[in-house]
Amino acid sequence: MMSLDYEIIGITVLWSFLYLYVIIASIDFGAGFFNFYSKLTGDDNIISPIISRYLNPVWETTNVFFVFFFVGIVGFYPDTAYYLGTSLLIPGSLALILLSIRGAYYAFNSYNTESKLSWDALYGLTGLLIPASLSIALVISEGGYIEETAEGLTLNVEELLFSTYGWSVVFLAIISVLYISSGFLTFYANKAEDEKASELTRTWFLIWSLPTLVITQFVFLGLRDHNQVHFENAQNYWYLFGLSLLSMILAVFLVWRRRNYGTAFILIMLQFAFAFFGYGISKLPYILYPYININDAVVNENMAFALTIVFVLGLLILIPSLVLLAKLFLFDKDYVKGNKKY
Amino acid sequence: MDDVLIGRLLTGMTLSFHIIFATIGVGVPIVFMVLEFLGIRNRDAHYLTMSRRIAKGYTVTVAVGVVTGTIIGLQLSLIWPDFMRLGGQIIALPLFMETFAFFFEAIFLGIYLYTWDRFKNQWYHWLLTIPIVLGSSLSAVFITTVNSFMNTPAGFDFVDGEFLNIDPLAAMFNPSTWVRVFHVVVTAYMTIAFLLATISAVKLLKAKFTEDKTYHKKGLKVMMSIGVVMALLTMLAGDLSAKFLHEEQPEKLAAFEWHFETEERADLVLFGILDEETQEVKYELRIPWVLSFLAGNSFDTEVKGLNDIPEDEHPPLIIHYFFDLMVFFGMYGLGVAIVYFLVKWTKRWTKINEHHPLLLYLYALTGPLSFLAIEAGWFLAEMGRQPWIVRGYMRVSDAVTQADGLGITLIAFAVLYVILGITSIYVLIKMFKDKSAEEEKLNWYGETGIESEDVTGGRLP
Repeated sequence: MMSLDYEIIGITVLWSFLYLYVIIASIDFGAGFFNFYSKLTGDDNIISPIISRYLNPVWETTNVFFVFFFVGIVGFYPDTAYYLGTSLLIPGSLALILLSIRGAYYAFNSYNTESKLSWDALYGLTGLLIPASLSIALVISEGGYIEETAEGLTLNVEELLFSTYGWSVVFLAIISVLYISSGFLTFYANKAEDEKASELTRTWFLIWSLPTLVITQFVFLGLRDHNQVHFENAQNYWYLFGLSLLSMILAVFLVWRRRNYGTAFILIMLQFAFAFFGYGISKLPYILYPYININDAVVNENMAFALTIVFVLGLLILIPSLVLLAKLFLFDKDYVKGNKKY
Repeated sequence: MDDVLIGRLLTGMTLSFHIIFATIGVGVPIVFMVLEFLGIRNRDAHYLTMSRRIAKGYTVTVAVGVVTGTIIGLQLSLIWPDFMRLGGQIIALPLFMETFAFFFEAIFLGIYLYTWDRFKNQWYHWLLTIPIVLGSSLSAVFITTVNSFMNTPAGFDFVDGEFLNIDPLAAMFNPSTWVRVFHVVVTAYMTIAFLLATISAVKLLKAKFTEDKTYHKKGLKVMMSIGVVMALLTMLAGDLSAKFLHEEQPEKLAAFEWHFETEERADLVLFGILDEETQEVKYELRIPWVLSFLAGNSFDTEVKGLNDIPEDEHPPLIIHYFFDLMVFFGMYGLGVAIVYFLVKWTKRWTKINEHHPLLLYLYALTGPLSFLAIEAGWFLAEMGRQPWIVRGYMRVSDAVTQADGLGITLIAFAVLYVILGITSIYVLIKMFKDKSAEEEKLNWYGETGIESEDVTGGRLP
């Protein structure tokens, strides 16, 4: 029998789910923020109905992508539970509290008889802080912030707080949320044939494209200072980053010319896919530099086999279900337009 | 306080809070599945309105269930990293499957909630309840297998502090899995039936909208029917649990029962106060020989006593009280449900109505007491496993994180749960307070309700 490389299967699966989470959660988090922002500026009557029509049926699903990732990573690489679990007690708990506030208050607000501005603020603002706090885990994974001694693990908080690389990743996370989300909302509003809304979201998108470009450069510079090995490895995959940039230019061009918003959003997804997988591949073989290497940290063979089987079976159920969800709420013109009493 | 205690408090707090919403999450789908079925089949807009209103309130509890579930999922690694490093080798499979079940449920719940008026044939909408019930119940099943593994580990060789030669399925279907899964699922269904019975009873007692009386009476009847069946199954589950504990975890059973000497014809001890030094129990209700019978269907069954178990492996003896509470609160629901049906069937002769205010007060208590039984049951199960995190292999004290900051984390989460708890109650009350069921029924299903010749099953034109 052909032997399977479980460590490669595992990391590919998990990285893909993390990528999907980044895209879907960005739409979700950004939409929450724009919803709050539009209430402040008085544009909420234009944009809020569009946002809630999209978010209401899908918000729970978004959260599952995240759960899937962290359950999967502990399953395939149990060592991550030890290293990241120990070092992330405080930042991880903070992220959890923010996530809970956001998830709960989103639901409270949408099912309450009248929505409250303070609740809008709670889920709008936490939506920007969550990606920031979650991205800490990625920063730590570059190594240099955790020390392992005979006594155990310690997270060097000071090092983390004054790290250029750390802050550039945090800002990248926040800015890309706004960028991805406004890109999606432009497409969705346009599909709803709501011109006012799509004009508004188009402006937001164009505004956020410049900082996106700038901050990615900072991340590269920060990485060069922080983890030379990874940075040099990343250069071997320059073409992936080049394709990412190209996709971004095309996406911005299309939106600027008010053309093909659907294609533009696909290009945005590609832009992040190239960058995200480029970053991921160049990081290998380390999940947590230098402690967790995918070649020796993978769960034992029997379990990896079982996980892979379950994963394939799971996808057989999930994909058609997700397609159904998308068909009903994303690609159903009447629903998107808000026609009929749906 | 030492870190082990804080870690336990934090995990205990998260789980006690989550379990409320998790139970609702598992139990409610079966209720709206039944109600919508009755509604469509009998063309009764009352049942349809009921399932729709319950599903509406359900969304709020699901939200809190989802976020607290996410918290406990990550807290396992944050508070008990050494446990997850060791146990992750072996509980990965059910955890992964749980996520899939949950995913499946989340997708179809989203669809269900926003497609009430979207299908020509209402049965299509009803079909959506199947994946929701499957998903929610299966996630309870899978997560319970994880907990069962921690109680009765199986499916591996233990070599130099590592699990080797792992058999994932044997670990998942370990000796305690079946009995615990059964117990967890039926008690969730029972608790939710009684919770909704409580709502009907309270509304009948203090009717703000008198036009809703028929609606609440119908609701009470359905909930009592589900409740009585599930309560009977719960009793069976409890009996199986006792036999199972006798076989697999005798120290837990002995601690439940303050049973010190290994003997045949062991007594069942209810209530009482224990003097731990002298092992004397005062003020108890002692039922001779019954413990032996419960453990092995024969008075001659020898039940192992605590004195034959190493002292540093004794569970805390306080769990006896949780055992008493669980059994009595659980039985209360069954008793009241039986009373409901007896009164209902004999009212022609006794002239006592099953909706007599005194009885309504009794029904009103079933929901809260069932929830207390669930909490007591989990306290019992979890504290009864002390001092182990993986029974026989890893102690709780060896699994706690070395990181600083557990104390502040405990406080932060306590504040979070208080806020979430208060807000969800506020939202739920507000959601239903000013809208009568009748008003919503008219709104959704029109003046005439559902005409019998209406083949679309009550869809609005």
